[in-house]
Amino acid sequence: MAYKIVGSQCTACAACEPECPNNAIREKEGTYLIKSEKCTECIGYFDDPQCVAVCPVDDTCVIDAAYPRYQASA
Amino acid sequence: MQDDRQQLEKRTQNPTAECAGLVFGEQAAPQGCSAGGNGRMGCGSGAGRGDLPPEIWEKIRNHPCYSEAAHHHYARMHVAVAPACNIQCNYCNRKYDCANESRPGVVSERLTPEQAAKKALAVACAIPQMTVLGIAGPGDPLANPEKTFKTFGLVAQAAPDIKLCLSTNGLALPEHVNRIKALNVDHVTITVNMVDPEVGAQIYPWVFFRHKRYTGRDAARILSQRQLQGLEMLAERGILCKVNSVMIPGINDEHLVEVNRAVKSRGAFLHNIMPLISAPEHGTVFGLNNQRGPTARELKALQDRCEGEMNMMRHCRQCRADAVGLLGEDRSAEFTTEKVMAAEVRYDVSARRTYQQAVESERMAKAAAKQAELSTCSGKFSDIAIQVAVATKGGGRINEHFGHAKEFQIYEIGTAGVKFVGHRRVDLYCQGGYGEEDVLPVIVRALNDCVAVFVAKIGGCPRDTLQAAGIDPVDRYAHGFIEQSAISYFKDYLEKLERGDIVHVPRGDGAIRQGAYVAA
Repeated sequence: MAYKIVGSQCTACAACEPECPNNAIREKEGTYLIKSEKCTECIGYFDDPQCVAVCPVDDTCVIDAAYPRYQASA
Repeated sequence: MQDDRQQLEKRTQNPTAECAGLVFGEQAAPQGCSAGGNGRMGCGSGAGRGDLPPEIWEKIRNHPCYSEAAHHHYARMHVAVAPACNIQCNYCNRKYDCANESRPGVVSERLTPEQAAKKALAVACAIPQMTVLGIAGPGDPLANPEKTFKTFGLVAQAAPDIKLCLSTNGLALPEHVNRIKALNVDHVTITVNMVDPEVGAQIYPWVFFRHKRYTGRDAARILSQRQLQGLEMLAERGILCKVNSVMIPGINDEHLVEVNRAVKSRGAFLHNIMPLISAPEHGTVFGLNNQRGPTARELKALQDRCEGEMNMMRHCRQCRADAVGLLGEDRSAEFTTEKVMAAEVRYDVSARRTYQQAVESERMAKAAAKQAELSTCSGKFSDIAIQVAVATKGGGRINEHFGHAKEFQIYEIGTAGVKFVGHRRVDLYCQGGYGEEDVLPVIVRALNDCVAVFVAKIGGCPRDTLQAAGIDPVDRYAHGFIEQSAISYFKDYLEKLERGDIVHVPRGDGAIRQGAYVAA
């Protein structure tokens, strides 16, 4: 399970990049992307997904329905 | 290079004649402008040194953003290396980035620290009066600490005579104060819009602090506590700190008097109260809710109230975070990344020094002329104070054609002296593609509180329009020094009143145009 960034909304401010505990966020062609396979929804690190909490545009870092919800390993 | 710099500083250390310039309130300032002084402080940042402590004056005398006297002569540049922000303000919207947009926080191009450093050198070579490099965004410099400090480090290495400054919302300030000190950043500006969380909750929807988003009063409480703590830490380390406040009528206009007291007691040396920029096309919360900005009279009344407490800054242009040049001009288009990276730059400190020495002699001549004019009207007393508008390209002279002026500088004159009180933008502003307004009515509205407008030259048609609006178009002081001319005009004005040639009628209010200054 993972978050994704809605490219058309992203201002490319890069605020999310250093906040991601998984180093899952990278710039690509003027916008930012989350590597789904690296994203843990911040579970195990923080109470809230950091990209969502820091993003200046509402509804830009959103759940990617293409992936199942992340399960923290017990 | 360091020696050169020290020598230059020594040469300029003698108090110039300008320092003795007469400014409102100056005589009544026995305590000095230092933080914590109790005296009235309508001085320093105004026409000259006033009674600022020498060490502070020496730091700001060539800084266009901090010294009104310097902003006529010296230029600054902002490099947009800091796109990320850690708070959300209701007057800011990071989503729009229109080329015609001109607000703080909006830039057309973001730079890497390496690009920014090269741009700084290229600009410093082309514009010898460029003395200050600032990082103001477009986000918050301290939400991008690595990019910000790397830029400062590169510039300090290549051009140690350039002063460094930054402007922050203060949330991340306490943890970076030591690094700011270590990098020899001379000036820091903190934007403080409130000290009461109830007020703050109406301005800040959220802050991102220690891995968590806070909203409402919690957000405002954290932000305020961090801002004031950061301010105290700067003051303890001897770093000059200016406070910016955005005046939002009905939300924090009355409250800013309290903010003024709070920041003064914690060591801020200058307070800059700016009008809210708000229009629906900006897409900000305030813009969409039709929150209005203050009128010129409301802004001046608040600045005057706070001036009894500490130095007020009135020449702020609310520049974009990538502005280049003198305040009131923007030459950023000449220094695009493409051009800068292709250019070969050789930093020549001696050419810059020669130029800056010429500027110093001009400043002294200007101050001497003002003193001479003042001495001719000693003994005259009147309760009347008037405002005049001035078309200027810089240098403290009336040297701009009326029709070419993108803004006018406003001076208040009374028998107590002459004081710069602000500027009015009149440049055409893109109205979201719906065409442009006719400029003459815009100018009349903007200068409505002035009795006269001083210009180098003016055409017949605008002359008639101004006269019909009760504004005297004056070209007899063309290319003269502004303050000297203003005093001379006021002397004539009083004489005409005495003879009964004219009647003094209080003027109306002036309109503040929306949008940060950018001469496109």
